Amino acid sequence: MEGCSKITEACPQLLDLIPREREWLVKRADERSSEEKKLELRLGPPGEEWSLRENAKNADDRERDESLLSLGYFSNGNQHTRKFSSPENLQPGSVWFNQQLSQQAKATPFLQFPSKTVTTRQSLPVMAKESSQPCCTKVVVDLQQSAEKKAFSPPAPANTAVVPSSSQKRTAPGSVVGWPPIRSSRKNLASSSSSKPVTDSQNESPNKKVASEKPVETCKKGMFVKINMDGVPIGRKVDLTAYDSYEKLSTVVDELFRGLLTAQRDSSAGGIMSEQEEEKAFMGVLDGSGEYTLVYEDNEGDRMLVGDVPWHMFVSMVKRLRVLKSSEVSALSLGSSKQGKESTDEMRRKNFAAKILF
Amino acid sequence: MNYFPDEVLEHVFDFVTSSRDRNALSQVCKSWYRIESSSRQKVFIGNCYAISPERVIERFPALKSIALKGKPHFADFNLVPHEWGGFVYPWIEAFARNRVGLEELRLKRMVVSDDSLELLSRSFANFKSLVLVSCEGFTTDGLAAIAANCRCLRELDLQENEVEDHRGHWLSCFHDSHTSLVSLNFACLKGDINLGVLERLVARSPNLRSLRLNRAVPFDTLQKILMQSPNLVDLGVGSYVHDPDSETYDKLVTAIEKCKSVRSLSGFLDVAPHCLPAFHSICPNLTSLNLSYAPGIQGGELTKLIRHCRKLQRLWILDCIGDKGLEVVASTCKDLQELRVFPSDPYIGHAAVTEEGLVAISSGCPKLHSILYFCQQMTNAALITVAKNCPNFIRFRLCILDPTKPDAVTQQPLDEGFGAIVHSCRGLRRLSLTGLLTDQVFLYIGMYAEQLEMLSIAFAGDSDKGMQYVLNGCKRLRKLEIRDSPFGNGALLMDVGKYEAMRSLWMSSCEVTLGGCKTLAKKMPRLNVEIMNENEQTDFIFDDAQKVDKMYLYRTLAGQRKDAPDFVWTL
Repeated sequence: MEGCSKITEACPQLLDLIPREREWLVKRADERSSEEKKLELRLGPPGEEWSLRENAKNADDRERDESLLSLGYFSNGNQHTRKFSSPENLQPGSVWFNQQLSQQAKATPFLQFPSKTVTTRQSLPVMAKESSQPCCTKVVVDLQQSAEKKAFSPPAPANTAVVPSSSQKRTAPGSVVGWPPIRSSRKNLASSSSSKPVTDSQNESPNKKVASEKPVETCKKGMFVKINMDGVPIGRKVDLTAYDSYEKLSTVVDELFRGLLTAQRDSSAGGIMSEQEEEKAFMGVLDGSGEYTLVYEDNEGDRMLVGDVPWHMFVSMVKRLRVLKSSEVSALSLGSSKQGKESTDEMRRKNFAAKILF
Repeated sequence: MNYFPDEVLEHVFDFVTSSRDRNALSQVCKSWYRIESSSRQKVFIGNCYAISPERVIERFPALKSIALKGKPHFADFNLVPHEWGGFVYPWIEAFARNRVGLEELRLKRMVVSDDSLELLSRSFANFKSLVLVSCEGFTTDGLAAIAANCRCLRELDLQENEVEDHRGHWLSCFHDSHTSLVSLNFACLKGDINLGVLERLVARSPNLRSLRLNRAVPFDTLQKILMQSPNLVDLGVGSYVHDPDSETYDKLVTAIEKCKSVRSLSGFLDVAPHCLPAFHSICPNLTSLNLSYAPGIQGGELTKLIRHCRKLQRLWILDCIGDKGLEVVASTCKDLQELRVFPSDPYIGHAAVTEEGLVAISSGCPKLHSILYFCQQMTNAALITVAKNCPNFIRFRLCILDPTKPDAVTQQPLDEGFGAIVHSCRGLRRLSLTGLLTDQVFLYIGMYAEQLEMLSIAFAGDSDKGMQYVLNGCKRLRKLEIRDSPFGNGALLMDVGKYEAMRSLWMSSCEVTLGGCKTLAKKMPRLNVEIMNENEQTDFIFDDAQKVDKMYLYRTLAGQRKDAPDFVWTL
């Protein structure tokens, strides 16, 4: 955690904030080292520390330490010693633990830490640079970010006081319900053409009053458009939201029709097309150099050449696709586009007669 | 004043419009109470469970317009279980039964069923205005009933609702003779719209001043609509994708130029940024711009647009504008009063704005009074500077995407920064905090935030003291919502009477136990203390030491509510 790496002050005593009836004690400075030692020992693979600790502690202590271990976050008590004029029971370096997690710890006697997590000996690189004071407890927070957070198996997400670590920039806050605090409708905006997975728990049980299931928020639905090919009586459908570029689309078109085309040639010509010839057929679907060319019909009903406009604009305008023989394309007039491209200029004059032919 | 006849007093009271002021009037003496209550037409109920509809009707017989709020604020972030409550049906049914002359209904975070809408549409002949904000539970069938039956309807405003779209023809249900529409906002609907019907509806609505379209309305329809309605004041663009070199585009540019009254622009739910220049002609008139739902506009394109918007007072935008973009805003929009910067990528580490953007805005926009800012990081120094530059904040909501991140430069908690904000902004009414925060910040808040009414806390504080400072110090506090913070029974039970002076308290993932809540409920019979526990219900009842997942308490005159689901337990 970034915060961790820059801490230079002494890791202070730990203040246990659990109410007295649970027999938790305020730890004083002299107890600290042994306490921390216990904590240090715990932050490793389960088998190891149990043997070390069994002898040293009674069950009560063990429970307490389990919860000390728990996945709460810790305020950087170190830094604010000077600022406090508040009464002494608020000691610097106060630490807060999430008791609910400690209860889960009861259910599983020890928390299953992934192998890459820390003891002060096997620190994260960050920790190694630190002063000798082990801020081991802070490291616990990083555990949140590991994929193995499932091991903690929190039944209700709200129970986990999980704090995303700032040292791992790409952390998905999927484990923290309701964070960041924005409405569901804002969550999938990131980009309209790529659909980010919805990891946050949006899907509560459906409201009984709603006729059917609660609708999923603004994820782009699959956009299926028909695609036909000259000479092939049966068309296909492609989901344009599954792709984000023309290259991918042309690859897919290639895959879809290659088989059909081969089959037809086989039956008509009585021979097997060589791979090379097949490839030649589809290569250059987009740039007009191959045997076939990809065109589309837009929302105004015009036939247009695929590839002129930015991908996301294309997706919003396309209604259906067609694969034409390149030779036929030049004989037709296609829908207009003012971005004149070299050899296909003349094909782009708007002529509604084109619509009649197909 | 007792020797003024009632009619005179009533006439005087007519000039007092805000709910708060009228509440104050009604407390002066019995006759003022009587006159004020019998003449109040517009009522605001901040918590639909605080009072029964019958009681409202009894007190305000002249009721024509009502605003109701249901779920607690954290419901917006999925912290409130889905079936918690907030049903509007009993209210509508009570109004219908008592023949209230309802004309306006405004709901926020409530569950609205199609049946409710149907009943609403049939029960009130003069019904004019329906505004639903963050509601759910209805479908386009319910909207069809409203469209068909509310012949006087002027306003249908749907903001950020969860609507099940049956792609029915709800728009067609407006009669051909329905010409009174002033405001229509269906931007949150996800389904298709019959474009021809929409165009005809707009054509026969000469009074239409506010129109917000959904994503299904394409560019060319927008162009046709704008040609029909040059008098629009508020426009929400649906889909905005087209070829800028086309005839349609040119026609749109012409249409926009004619719309000299547009002051508020929003939407762009699908956008091709290079078409944005079409709007440059009206940008100089804009006072409100909301591009927070417009994906894919890069910072540079945003600033190009904003440079034309010199009169902007309100700006809602995505953080892809960047710190540099915010500097442009600061130098261009000198009248800016409200700014909201939303994360374009909610995952930590991608936020494109930092404390620098905030500081730039604060120094360039002296009139700024409301801010919601999602950012990557913050520093105490920046907050102190902002506090100095903008002492007029009423709402200050900061959300650092990593919620316990310390000062990015010094690694200290952000106590001092927020302390400066509350110290400098004496009129602060709403505050949301994030970052590494200790009890100290709450000490500051308790000491200085005298006008604070709403406080949102997440992952902050060290001990009960934090919450105690706030409860002790903030005399005007009405709503307190806390999540994942170490406040327990000591804080909860410190001053139980305080909660009757507040609207509500939410605490989730804190240290409060069942025993503590029971104690509180016992002491305060006029509070509903609701516990939500979605798991292990039976164990829960017997173990007072168990911590509660979620607790929501609110003052009420209506007693325990009868529509609570199984997992909500009112103590």
